[in-house]
Amino acid sequence: MMQSRTVQIWVGLFVIMGMAALLMLAMKVSNIRAFSGEEGYVITARFENIGGLKVRSPVTMAGVVVGRVSKIGFDKEIYEAVVTMNIDPRYDNLPEDTSASIFTSGLLGEQYIGLEAGGAENYLRDGDRIQLTQSAVILEQLIGQFLVSQADK
Amino acid sequence: MTAFLQRLGAGTLGITERVGRGHLFLLHVLGGFPGLLPRFGLVMKQIYASGVLSLLIVAVSGLFVGMVLALQGYNTLVDFGATESLGVVVSLSLVRELGPVVAALLFAGRAGSALTAEIGLMKATEQLSAMEMMAVNPLHRVVAPRLLGGIIAMPLLAAIFSAVGILGGYFVAVGLLGVDEGAFWSQMQAKVDLYEDIANGVIKSVVFGFVVTWIAVFEGYDAVPTSEGVSRATTRTVVHASLAVLGLDFILTALMFGDE
Repeated sequence: MMQSRTVQIWVGLFVIMGMAALLMLAMKVSNIRAFSGEEGYVITARFENIGGLKVRSPVTMAGVVVGRVSKIGFDKEIYEAVVTMNIDPRYDNLPEDTSASIFTSGLLGEQYIGLEAGGAENYLRDGDRIQLTQSAVILEQLIGQFLVSQADK
Repeated sequence: MTAFLQRLGAGTLGITERVGRGHLFLLHVLGGFPGLLPRFGLVMKQIYASGVLSLLIVAVSGLFVGMVLALQGYNTLVDFGATESLGVVVSLSLVRELGPVVAALLFAGRAGSALTAEIGLMKATEQLSAMEMMAVNPLHRVVAPRLLGGIIAMPLLAAIFSAVGILGGYFVAVGLLGVDEGAFWSQMQAKVDLYEDIANGVIKSVVFGFVVTWIAVFEGYDAVPTSEGVSRATTRTVVHASLAVLGLDFILTALMFGDE
């Protein structure tokens, strides 16, 4: 009887340790508290070029993550990329003339969408489209332009 | 020529038959799972044997793997001035791959071999036949608790491995190499996803626990009941279980993370 009691205590301890490890992974390591992009409302934007943007890339405003890219499509009528993003429902007061640009975090970092609020009185609602967009900056094009401008001198 | 064909055919048939026997065996063992609920003490003993007793080797290995990852990752990242990403490197490689895989390999060596030897010896000393004589189904009484114990113990071990590894990486990165502590954790939290990374890692470790324990108990049950047969079966358990873990890991990774 004594034997099985120690076994049970050890197993209990083991299970608690395992659960604690899982809890640490969930709370301390992962982004459980961050907006996951599951809920929220959807807005779309068209870009000439999205560069290296991916699904689940962050959508930021003033540097704060307010949503995530949920879908990237291609409009074959006008040859533009259609980016669908989920915005955190807490931020439901983005003006209608908000503009969206694709930025790169750091020189080699990942790409994200930066929103900039406009001055309109009406707010973007579920399913709306952002009209003002600015494409991703492609490093190779920049270098090419730089070389051309140097050659002209 | 016909002799060669015959040998090839016999070999193929042998393998097929063994695989089929393994699956029938599994089916019978799974049939014993409902009967374990009222007698959970049996499973408890097996969690102790395969989980608690593997705890030390898993935790120590996790610590060192995490520390080495941090050291090696630092050497590469320092060239790009991106040492803040060290937390991401360590945690993603541990949670997604190394935690489940290395813990499963250790589990196969530490607990799987013991399971095979134990059941093989039970067979060699005719304890299993004695049980059958007493109308006790050894598949339900002996094998089922071991399989369930392995399935429960393995994800816990993998989680402990990953957590201890991340702590080890943290000590090396922040304590030894002077990476900024806030950046280490915040970058990690920004990049590691609860469902995408951690939940998939847990699913992997459950699958590995199931496969490793299944191979171990089947090899033991199927062993030639001599001392040589048991020793062969033990070796086969470690080899086959390790190969199965690595092969399955590739398939699972392709399924889970392949479409990114």
